Amino acid sequence: MCRWSWGLAIGASVTLLATACQREVRPFQDLTVASDRAQRPTLSSISPGSPSPAPAPAFSPYQNNAYATGEGKRLFDAFNCSGCHAHGGGGMGPPLMDDEWIYGSQPANIFETIVEGRPNGMPSFRNKIADQQVWELVAYVQSMSGQEPIDVLPSRSDHMRYSTPENARRAEVPKQTGTP
Amino acid sequence: MMQSMFHPAGPVAQRIASLGWLLLAVCIVVYVLVMLVTLWALLRRRPVAEDVPRTTRRLTRTVMIATVVTAVILALFTVSSVVAGRGLASPTGPGAITVDVIGHQWWWEFQYRDVTPSDFVTSPNELHIPVGVPVHLKAISRDVIHSFWVPNLLGKRDLIPGQVTNTWLQADDPGIYRGQCAEFCGHQHAHMAFVVVAEPMDKFLAWIQHQRAPATGPASDEEKHGHDAFMHSTCVMCHTIRGTDAGARLGPELTHIGSRMTIAAGTLPNTRGHLGGWVANAQGIKPGVRMPPNPLNPDDLQAVLTYLGSLR
Repeated sequence: MCRWSWGLAIGASVTLLATACQREVRPFQDLTVASDRAQRPTLSSISPGSPSPAPAPAFSPYQNNAYATGEGKRLFDAFNCSGCHAHGGGGMGPPLMDDEWIYGSQPANIFETIVEGRPNGMPSFRNKIADQQVWELVAYVQSMSGQEPIDVLPSRSDHMRYSTPENARRAEVPKQTGTP
Repeated sequence: MMQSMFHPAGPVAQRIASLGWLLLAVCIVVYVLVMLVTLWALLRRRPVAEDVPRTTRRLTRTVMIATVVTAVILALFTVSSVVAGRGLASPTGPGAITVDVIGHQWWWEFQYRDVTPSDFVTSPNELHIPVGVPVHLKAISRDVIHSFWVPNLLGKRDLIPGQVTNTWLQADDPGIYRGQCAEFCGHQHAHMAFVVVAEPMDKFLAWIQHQRAPATGPASDEEKHGHDAFMHSTCVMCHTIRGTDAGARLGPELTHIGSRMTIAAGTLPNTRGHLGGWVANAQGIKPGVRMPPNPLNPDDLQAVLTYLGSLR
């Protein structure tokens, strides 16, 4: 009886150890988002010429992906998003690290905001930023207010920056509010 | 294209190679001697009644001699290595030019500065140098630690983010030498190569004069189409073509891409087909590379390729 329970305990701990360590995979090819224009979310169902687009894709290919979130952080500065949003603190553009979402906090909403632009200043980056990179930016924008698991959030910046790292911030509960 | 530390083509590589050969030769001689003595000790026949005190004295003498010889050899190694190191450290000689080496994941940027900023030349993944002139390299990295290594011309020099490291090289023979990142720097470290083109001074000056010029405007309708497609697509977010509206500094400059030998940091020869595959889906060639797949429609893609090919 005693031997049985020992064997069970050892077996269980080995199984636990073997499955506990989940390494993040970076499948660059599989995660590559093809140019599926029909799958893109749009602001309205009216569109000139071509037939109306299909509804927005409900999920982001880079959800829970630390590498993509880090790449998004790099692109956020590289594409000068910080020029208006000031590393998430807000300036000419609204802050992105708080809990207020004017146009929705879902990945598809953020994707739409970047691709289509929004009234009062947010330009449209349609055809300017590749879909893959837009999804990386989406992942980073979500991480700014802690909408991703803590092990996915960036822990440091490449350059000196006077702000708390994303993974040390308070996770906000998104609420639909604010004026455009 | 040559990449071999056994064919030194400049004084820096020559010093390193000579030192290497010296160390190797001495070590081979020592190794062979030690092996022979060991064999002799194993195989020799012992006299039945050997005088023990005499043996001990002989042994002590032999060990003393071997120790002195070893100390002399090590001292010789130290001196020759210090002498070689001093020779590498100081860029000397008249007419030295300076090139800034900037490491990126996963490509190289070579900047030739000048008195007027508009005369700055940026040459991605292709370092042109005049023959017989010391070239001073100021190296820095934009992301992680890389290492600059041209086996034919010099040993390795690390590129550190936030700190300039200095080194120099000189090519005595004209030729095309391949260089390589020598410090693991991520997914595509193995595909982070570059070429060094060593050419006579007059050809080098002609090259730099040509590189200073902004891009020629599109000549044909196809090139015009390609130019417009480039400016209205994802390309313009990361690349510079001087003389046009494209001025982003994230990816390699494309002002004279048509004149370059390779694309994707020495990964592929610069042909229209390779460039097409690279533009359409670089992730299929260098997985993890910072260039995203670009969904251009076929007409636009062909026109962009024609336009890029015309940027000579």
